[in-house]
Amino acid sequence: MKVITIERKVLEKNDEIARQNRVLLEQHGILALNLVSSPGAGKTSIVERTLEHLGKDLKVGVIEGDVQTDFDAQRVARYKVPVIQIVTNGGCHLEARLVQDALSQMDLRGLDILIIENVGNLVCPANYDLGEAMKVVVLSTTEGDDKPLKYPSMFRNASVLLINKIDLLPYLNCNLAALKSNALQINPHLQVFETSCTTTSGIAEWCGWLKDRGARRS
Amino acid sequence: MHELSIAQGIVDIIRQYVPAEQTADVRLVKIRVGPLAGVVPDSLDFCFGAIVNDTPLSTARLDIEEVLLQSQCGGCGEVFTVEGAFFLCPRCGSSEVKVISGTELQVVEIELSDRQAGTA
Repeated sequence: MKVITIERKVLEKNDEIARQNRVLLEQHGILALNLVSSPGAGKTSIVERTLEHLGKDLKVGVIEGDVQTDFDAQRVARYKVPVIQIVTNGGCHLEARLVQDALSQMDLRGLDILIIENVGNLVCPANYDLGEAMKVVVLSTTEGDDKPLKYPSMFRNASVLLINKIDLLPYLNCNLAALKSNALQINPHLQVFETSCTTTSGIAEWCGWLKDRGARRS
Repeated sequence: MHELSIAQGIVDIIRQYVPAEQTADVRLVKIRVGPLAGVVPDSLDFCFGAIVNDTPLSTARLDIEEVLLQSQCGGCGEVFTVEGAFFLCPRCGSSEVKVISGTELQVVEIELSDRQAGTA
């Protein structure tokens, strides 16, 4: 019997392309966000509110990941920002190569922020580095306060938590304090914002924080 | 859910290391998986079997080693196994803990059977 010792990461090809994406984005001075959540948590609505709020001050580009449609890119295109749609055709997450292809189609000059909206899924996207500066996880109040404990990998890898649909709290059994405590137990460094895309509550705070990090360094 | 693409990644790595004429000799592929890798071992095993079916790798099997999620406390240095996603130091209660194992998703080694005369 012959044994070949390998000791290699299965996702190393993805990690290498992610590294190339990160270098490219940093060369252009672009702050890239990997926006993740379960389906229906409000990622695209967060993108829309963020574009409304930051559009005047910063130049924002968007890459939309979707399993099947380009509905989200159509929504985002109304804001007259550069947007590229990636359709994964059933794939449950974005991979670095797909983002690399999208970046090659986008004029990166002058962009301050790139929002990459991932496929709605709290499991698989956690482990695929896209080359982003940070993961932003959106968790809506309708999903329940225990979700951080059920998907620790995602919350552990994220830098920001947007607790969305905060306006629905009076109608739900979601315990906001428990939700935050569960999330911070997984990752005490999470920056947490409470948002509603309907009332726009919390959007100014989130965008202010983002603006401080995304404004071009002179 | 993404175990199929992970299984394909494993096959790609095998092909890089094993010459084409020896792929039929691959018997065992040792994989190391941590709880934070986002991979269900049974599902990975099933997907690998589906991918190699009717290929020269069809007799290859996965041997999946599941490693523990271990952390080290940034405050007191305690090394401990994280249970139930409680990233808190059991000794001093600090939440400043660093994951030291548990994110692994690696191909460790490949075992090939000795070639028998006449097989290709």
